Amino acid sequence: MTMAEAIERFVPDGSTVAMGVALEPLIPFAAGHELIRRRRRDLELVGPISDALFDQLVGAGCVRRVTAAWVGNVSEGLGHCYRRACEQAVPRSIEVHDHSNFSISLALWAAAWNVPSLPARTLLGSDILRTNPNLQAGEGLVHVSAVRPDVAIVHVQRADEHGRAHAWGPLGITEEAGLASERVIISCEQVVDASVTLSDPNRILFPETKVVAVVHEPGGAHPSPVQGFFKRDHPFHRDYAERSRSVEGFDAWLQEWVLGVSDRGDYMRRVDVEAIRIKQARLSVPADFGDD
Amino acid sequence: MTEYSAQELMVAIASREIRDGDLVFVGMRLPILAYAVARNSHAPAARGLFEVGLMRDQPASRFLGTMGDPPNVAGALWATRMSNAMALMAQGNVDLGFIGGAEVDRFGNLNTSYVGDPGRPRVKLPGSGGGADIAILSRRWVTLMGHERRRLVERVAFVTSPGYGDGTPRWRQRHGLLGGGPVAIITTLAVLRFPDGGGEAYLASLHPGHAVDEVLENTGWDLQVADDVSETTPPTEAELAAIRRFDPDGFWTRAS
Repeated sequence: MTMAEAIERFVPDGSTVAMGVALEPLIPFAAGHELIRRRRRDLELVGPISDALFDQLVGAGCVRRVTAAWVGNVSEGLGHCYRRACEQAVPRSIEVHDHSNFSISLALWAAAWNVPSLPARTLLGSDILRTNPNLQAGEGLVHVSAVRPDVAIVHVQRADEHGRAHAWGPLGITEEAGLASERVIISCEQVVDASVTLSDPNRILFPETKVVAVVHEPGGAHPSPVQGFFKRDHPFHRDYAERSRSVEGFDAWLQEWVLGVSDRGDYMRRVDVEAIRIKQARLSVPADFGDD
Repeated sequence: MTEYSAQELMVAIASREIRDGDLVFVGMRLPILAYAVARNSHAPAARGLFEVGLMRDQPASRFLGTMGDPPNVAGALWATRMSNAMALMAQGNVDLGFIGGAEVDRFGNLNTSYVGDPGRPRVKLPGSGGGADIAILSRRWVTLMGHERRRLVERVAFVTSPGYGDGTPRWRQRHGLLGGGPVAIITTLAVLRFPDGGGEAYLASLHPGHAVDEVLENTGWDLQVADDVSETTPPTEAELAAIRRFDPDGFWTRAS
């Protein structure tokens, strides 16, 4: 399936969408850009930190609410579109449900386990309790209400056509985000045969019953890193931070990198791929799953 | 004496807060460098924990723009999910955490969320990330900040990551916070510390070339000054060499 088909079928206006759930790596920018091209509106974004992806979606007017621990640009600082939306309602007002990294993880685990909330020993004494109605303090604990996304979009190194996804490196809150969501869309660097994914079932991220689409999208996480494939594109993040300082600058950036681009293949032809490609392999030793 | 930037001095000071054998919840930017310096000098048995879901012993061999960059993953002791890293911190296993902030107040509370009314903020800051979790759950923590009057304020308008609350005795214990709280505010001019058991920050040491009056003028409250206020030890040649090895282009340490 193409990204355009996956977004068209599975992410309607008004959806609650979990993205960027591995924190800095594996951020599904290609999916985010397709949401912008298809003019999705009134989305609720759920994530821990998303590097610049949530900032872009907010700036493009796709977002009604952000439920996250952090929105900005990890190496550069503030998210300028996020600021404009919160401070000036430009291009529209958004609602913010603040979390910490720990509490957004727990909110998704609560949904995954189908309980109304989970208790935690974090956020005690923080004013985040005053601004997020889904966090309630009591008896030395904070009760974190479940957050249940309609869809989680996750970029991985490889997957098979049945939705069995292999990812490696740190996972952030990927597992709870997938389990909490109604459905999961996978984008991947490589589509592999089932014999590859099933050779290492411990590495499969989600039950295949959750996955509704597998999109072969090489470079789909650019400018975020993909272990074994791509480094983080630091200059690209700096350029975005500079240009997004003004509405006009952001609009020009969006035209150049999203609206004036037909798909991810077209986009990757404009990126200096050789500068970010990881060339040196560092293989793990295969595990023996022998049973007889 | 080799010339050094204020950021390089801050990294050196931060590295000295890491004790050998500590499990350190490493933040972003300068603390990543501080961890690398400590591991290569006085704390060879320290381990670093990263909320993205990583534990390391040796610092990454190449420059990091974020904790999730591939060189931080290669050679890790543990690549896992974030909630597993948080589990260690919730059990009191994290000795030291680093947190960045836009504003800090006299009781060590940090604001990284809102300047002005949260309903219609004058400035929307990125948010907690893992900051609030570190502030509440790590055994002790340190923050690094540019020393400006608008950053070191009497009381932060919004407490994202709590220090010692309103400064009353045992505020953290009364509110159920498990960790010990902030121990130092490392700025571009000075090091502020807190009394044992917490409370109000005081001026503990001045960076070379700076004066007490300059610090007081750039602090938004009536800052207490230690009787024995000292001069901050400048970065050693070895510390500078380590900093420049891990930040060869000065991405983090040459910016103003």
